[in-house]
Amino acid sequence: MRYGAFEAVRGIDLHVERGEVFAFLGPNGAGKTTTVEILEGYRKRSDGVVSVLGQDPGHADRTWRSRIGVVLQESKPERDLTVTECLRLYAGYYPKPRGIRETLELVGLAEKAGAMASKLSGGQRRRLDVALALIGDPELLFLDEPTTGFDPSARRAAWEMVAGLRDLGVTVFLTTHFMDEAERLADRVMVIAAGKIVAEGTPGTLGGRDRTATLISFSQPAGTSFDDLPALVREAAVPEGAGVDRLLLKSVSPLEVLGPLVHWAEGRHLDLPDLEVRRPSLEDVYLALTAPVEDGAADAGATSSSQSGPASGGEQRAEALR
Amino acid sequence: MTTTTSNAPTGSAGGASVGSTVSLTLHQFPYDLRSWFRNRQSRFFTVILPITFLVILAGVFGGSTNGKVNQVDVAGGKIDTSVYYVPGIITLGIIANSLVNLVISVTAQRESGVLKRRRATPVPAAAVIAGRALTSVVTSLVMSAILLVLGWIFYHAHLPASTAPALVITIILGSLAFCCLGYALASVITDEDAAQPVVQAVMLPLYFISGVLIPSSTLPTWLSDIANVFPVKHLVEALLAAYNPNNTTAGFAGTDLLIVAAWAVAALAFALRRFSWLPKGG
Repeated sequence: MRYGAFEAVRGIDLHVERGEVFAFLGPNGAGKTTTVEILEGYRKRSDGVVSVLGQDPGHADRTWRSRIGVVLQESKPERDLTVTECLRLYAGYYPKPRGIRETLELVGLAEKAGAMASKLSGGQRRRLDVALALIGDPELLFLDEPTTGFDPSARRAAWEMVAGLRDLGVTVFLTTHFMDEAERLADRVMVIAAGKIVAEGTPGTLGGRDRTATLISFSQPAGTSFDDLPALVREAAVPEGAGVDRLLLKSVSPLEVLGPLVHWAEGRHLDLPDLEVRRPSLEDVYLALTAPVEDGAADAGATSSSQSGPASGGEQRAEALR
Repeated sequence: MTTTTSNAPTGSAGGASVGSTVSLTLHQFPYDLRSWFRNRQSRFFTVILPITFLVILAGVFGGSTNGKVNQVDVAGGKIDTSVYYVPGIITLGIIANSLVNLVISVTAQRESGVLKRRRATPVPAAAVIAGRALTSVVTSLVMSAILLVLGWIFYHAHLPASTAPALVITIILGSLAFCCLGYALASVITDEDAAQPVVQAVMLPLYFISGVLIPSSTLPTWLSDIANVFPVKHLVEALLAAYNPNNTTAGFAGTDLLIVAAWAVAALAFALRRFSWLPKGG
């Protein structure tokens, strides 16, 4: 996808399986919305192959549109209509719509059925957006940053709603920049930065997260010294430590370190009251993945802007439920 | 990539097919009409404003001078000035309903993402456009009826009988034509806030030179000549022909209606080329 000489995304190769919740992660300006809008049929791509539900969204027909649902990042409600009227209006666009009442309950908006759409709170408007996208009973739902601007409790409620969609068998293509959201909801995660895919996997394995070292830290018990510790513990210790008189250990097989450590402490009737065992969070992985690429992007941008004429070779492939 | 049954040609499994443009237009229309009635701005510009203009204009220029009732020269004789203003203000009401209100609401729908969201549904553009235009036609007819009754009660303006079909058809054609012009104008406005001032800046001078606010027979020739190019004056003339109590024909002003229609066709062609579901502004 190219705007003039600027290529927003390139070399993207993604597949989404039927029935899964797929999270598309990336910092602002990474190319998330561009990619999603190509998949939704809003934008024309400059190159590459895209297939969504067996059709090219660039040439999709009305029947194809009846099989997808789209929740835009930003859109205001229909003017001067109630929640129920909005849903009736949209239901009439589709060949086989879901029930109004059922849809309202699905998104948790049943008690606002008679309210004017423009009078809803931010979170309720987002629910209405989701309801309007679900009313046609879609096979595939696009959710573009569904919880941006939500308070924590509204976010929890939205998560429960998306989890409910998974139970209905709806395939969800979720864009977000919240790691906890992706971790909570997604079966599979893909990270984009500066228009390129930098990692793909399940939330638990993304960026080799399952193979990276676990961090173990504790304070050296009073009256003991570092040399008293078992050899396996001493070998895992990181020289810089985790703070004042606090040891930091790193190990890809944490039990091999924890076992001897616990045995050693019990043998001396010592406790380790502040023992902490921590996995790298998805956010740690994400920051590690996106930071270097963003630096590289600045260089690439400088190069491409100095070129005259159209650059060649931007390619992307995307398939959702081929 | 696993291939699933979704590979099957669409629309075959359940036998459900997307609705026709006509049925979706008729589905869209009542919702647009409802939101029109609920919108304070549309009620003001299309109902209150024309009534206010009728009362003011008929009050200022109507009445009598030196015991003689003020009259305006029209085809086939003279009519009272206060009566003359009824078709003129009907024109104002039609344009307010079809052009002004439509430009504002369509621009707002486009820039706020409402049209973009509808784009992701199976509704065709033609149904969205036609449903909104139908709303303008219906509200224009209601508005015209209100103005006719007010003219009849307060200014002894007559209610047309033999020319009534011509009047109704002229109102419908005029309304549709100004819907086309509204869609053309909306397609070049990129900012929601600019819609109102742009429309008024275009229309206000035309109201003055086209016989809406000042009778055409009292204007200098060069102003009338300019007004002849634009559709507003021809709609006023067509409505006057269908309303003029001296008219003994069916009341159709063929040439004026053709000029209005020509503007409509050109505007529609332009609007269809430039129509956008997506916001045009930043």
